Amino acid sequence: MGTRNYERLFSVSILTLDAERDDSGAVVMEDGEPVFPRLRGYTRNQDDYPQYFRKREWFSIDRGDSRRTYVLASDVVFLKAVRNTLLFVLVVAPLQAGIALGLAMLINRRIAGINVFRTIYFMPVVISMVVVAMLWRFIYDGNDGILNNLLAAMTFGAIQPVDWLGNTWTALPAIMAMSIWQGVGFHMIIWLSGLQTIPATLYEAADIEGSSKWQTFRYVTWPGLRNTAILIMIIITMQSFTLYPQIAVMTNGGPLDSTQSVVFQMVERGYGKQDIAGGSTISVFLFLFVLSISLLQGWMTRGRK
Amino acid sequence: MTLDRATRLMGSYFLLLFIACIFIFPIIFMIVSSFKPDLQLLQDTSSVRALLPVGDISLNNYREAFERAPIGLFIFNSVFITATTLIMSLFLASIAAFAFVFIDWRGKSIVLSLVVATYILPFETVAVPLLLLVNKLPWIGTEGVTWGWINSYQVQIIPWIVRALEIFLFVQYFKDLPRDLVEAARVDGASWFQVYRKVVMPLSGPVIATVAILKFLEMYNNQFIWPTMVVQAEDYRPIMVGLQYFFQLNTAWGEIMAYLTIITVPVLVFYLALQRAFIASIASTGVKG
Repeated sequence: MGTRNYERLFSVSILTLDAERDDSGAVVMEDGEPVFPRLRGYTRNQDDYPQYFRKREWFSIDRGDSRRTYVLASDVVFLKAVRNTLLFVLVVAPLQAGIALGLAMLINRRIAGINVFRTIYFMPVVISMVVVAMLWRFIYDGNDGILNNLLAAMTFGAIQPVDWLGNTWTALPAIMAMSIWQGVGFHMIIWLSGLQTIPATLYEAADIEGSSKWQTFRYVTWPGLRNTAILIMIIITMQSFTLYPQIAVMTNGGPLDSTQSVVFQMVERGYGKQDIAGGSTISVFLFLFVLSISLLQGWMTRGRK
Repeated sequence: MTLDRATRLMGSYFLLLFIACIFIFPIIFMIVSSFKPDLQLLQDTSSVRALLPVGDISLNNYREAFERAPIGLFIFNSVFITATTLIMSLFLASIAAFAFVFIDWRGKSIVLSLVVATYILPFETVAVPLLLLVNKLPWIGTEGVTWGWINSYQVQIIPWIVRALEIFLFVQYFKDLPRDLVEAARVDGASWFQVYRKVVMPLSGPVIATVAILKFLEMYNNQFIWPTMVVQAEDYRPIMVGLQYFFQLNTAWGEIMAYLTIITVPVLVFYLALQRAFIASIASTGVKG
């Protein structure tokens, strides 16, 4: 018993170092950069620095004056996974909810053939994320990918091909875009059922009063969607927090851990490396997170039934 | 005025059509590419030919994909697991909901709220503990008593039979049924099971359809983490995990597209045939509380 498993995952230390100076007191430079003492002198030295023992560099910040602050963590990969997952949730949740609302308003009209469009927009939802991820690997391919060809054709070759999934800056955004493509139809349908509960008489009244499109949205549509909005944000947050198949099919967490996710790490440890303690600890973390989100939902919708 | 309206309508259709292209082009590309040889497939990606079944069209990719992996077996596994789970789920979830709604027993509301509370828990949070559990469970089969459920059908079926959502959907639906019908049948001397079978279930078509569609999608499309963890033997592997055969084959895109098409087209056909029911059932997962 004890909290050692949690310390192993979350323990972080901060270490600020001065650059090395020669005998005259001038900063030692190499390739135009100041040279810092090796971190190994701290992280391998259990007697003098037990707090840094066996930690690795997560990232570092230049403090000026030849000083640099290092953030050391005992489990850098897991913390990267947490950061990526939070980033994924923070970008995907509002973006996907917003696009879904736009689509719902677009198809919430009585014009000929609108059902065909609704059917098409919803289509990716009934396709397995595993299939979608495999298909988009080809779309994102660095050499023959459709996306690169499309961009090149639209800009007459001005944009050079990008290896979307092989690049630390583009891999996670590429997975985000694909996830939105797959899931947005689902939330569109939920918005749509919210929109259809708003009485038509309210819109007629707004029309008679000469309200602009924006005013109608701001004062008629949006207040009527408040509970739907909370519900959708909760659903998307939960769904995005369990990010897994996209990672397993497309990147395996790479390149350089830029697409690690919490659930991917949980499976890799609990199952892949047979590290049951590590996997279970991540499960508890996930559980507490999900629990706090649903408590938040209960608090936000309190007294509004 | 009318001209203005006509242009705006045109603009709307243009926008609707443009968005539709974004959603449907990758799907068309997948299906069309599955009939093309690899070289042509790659050349076609730079033009609109990527979306057209032109050139050297054949079923070769399908033949090669079937040779590379035991796809027939994987399809059988998925269909068997999906069908078994679906039927057992419809029966057990509805009969549990029946007990929650129509029969009075002590502690009912507490148990029901515990069941509903588990709905917010994604499966991922219990995957690792459940893996430990199924490793130690006994099973009685053709080889007598065996220990551990790894590499079997039951390990992929039993944990998924009843999840909170199905019970919850049945409970919501049963609550709206007229109670007089049930009471009248009881007065006439019908047993609880007869009431369930002869009175309640025949009235429950819509909710049965909803639960069946959700369960189908959950089992056929979204089974990935769990089978990855508990099935190493090819004999029991479902289709989505079987896709791993093609993960590292960046050159054989034609075969990959053929495999993806085989496993996706049946779902799309189902969806297009029953689209209203599909959309209604997915919307119902969002309308809770």
